[in-house]
Amino acid sequence: MSTDKQEREPLFSAKNRKLLTNPLNIDNPITVQVLGICSALAVTAKIKPAFVMALSVMIVTAFSNFVISLMRNGIPPRIRIIVQLVVIASLVIVVDQVLKAFVYDVSKQLSVFVGLIITNCILMGRLEAFAMVNKPWPSILDGIGNGLGYGIILIILGFVRELFGSGTIWGFHVIPEAFYDFGYKNNGFMILPPMALIIVGIIIWIQRSRNPELIEN
Amino acid sequence: MQELFNIFVRSIFVDNMVFAYFLGMCSYLAVSKTVNTSVGLGLAVVFVLGITVPVDYLLNEYILKAGALAWLDEGFADVDLSFLSFILFIAIIASMVQLVEMVVEKFSPSLYSSLGIFLPLIAVNCAILGGSLFMQEREYQSVAQATSFGIGSGLGWFLAIVGIAAIREKIRYSNVPRPLRGLGITFIITGLMGIAFMSFLGIKL
Repeated sequence: MSTDKQEREPLFSAKNRKLLTNPLNIDNPITVQVLGICSALAVTAKIKPAFVMALSVMIVTAFSNFVISLMRNGIPPRIRIIVQLVVIASLVIVVDQVLKAFVYDVSKQLSVFVGLIITNCILMGRLEAFAMVNKPWPSILDGIGNGLGYGIILIILGFVRELFGSGTIWGFHVIPEAFYDFGYKNNGFMILPPMALIIVGIIIWIQRSRNPELIEN
Repeated sequence: MQELFNIFVRSIFVDNMVFAYFLGMCSYLAVSKTVNTSVGLGLAVVFVLGITVPVDYLLNEYILKAGALAWLDEGFADVDLSFLSFILFIAIIASMVQLVEMVVEKFSPSLYSSLGIFLPLIAVNCAILGGSLFMQEREYQSVAQATSFGIGSGLGWFLAIVGIAAIREKIRYSNVPRPLRGLGITFIITGLMGIAFMSFLGIKL
């Protein structure tokens, strides 16, 4: 490791930019790394809770990556999981209290899923794979990048499910009344849990046909 | 007694951890390649949920809930520690998993070696923490109810992972479109299984 060279590296070098952009597509946490699916599906019936959830996860990934990366040389390997869980759990408690204070209705809708950010595999996965062996600045970027990649899938899911399920986007009606007069009906099926899984399946299908190197055998 | 049975059946079929709340999906997708390993992991989850939910129930009832500390002294009657529940629940879960691991290692080395890597993974399985958080949110009345909820949702998870593993073993011989192979088709099958499980919603308990 040539540490001197790394310190002279500009803040947004090509390598660091990759940390931000890769998780958006070819290294997406949900569709490629298969991390953090639990919460991704349950909160996406509407776009607003999906957005709040994505933002919370992004904040927690960025900060926990940063904190663990600062402490990475001081953590004994045998107890690292419990140290990581304590850092994550404290951050999640802060996020939960902020949500309860400022957006109480959304916090009620998300119910247990805010607490479940603690066991969101994206966090543990990125801490183990990245923050434990990298410097703080790249770790923050990696955290934000993975949070964004997670957020993008959540928002696509929330958008599709809310548009076809309730005919609204962010609570505003977008499908004109005239459609309903002609007999258009909202597809209530979109709101139900199983549809989220099927839409993620379709997103994976589209993504993999565009990036053939991701196909499994 | 009937109440306990209702909670048990509800948590297996109606409020299934995987199909209704998507909890524990990470290990559900990663470990469901063969039936044998998924049976082992499923049993471990049933066991851990059966222990942690009642323990967390007692913790919530006597320490964390608003006014729960009243048994200590009158002065503590208006103390509300519920903001600490995430960190205490995860600590209980992590230590319980460690304990289970040691007990299994001591008394059944063969089971230990077959579960091996999966046991520590259970600590970060969202189904376990989810079980405790749902228990807190739904305000069960007694330890017995919390226990039957814990074991029931563990069994629901067990059913789901064994089911998908059996289907994935068979689907290897089918001609799935190439970009859908592996992860994609597993999602879609889980969705279809979820639709099937929704038929249990009609059960009045």
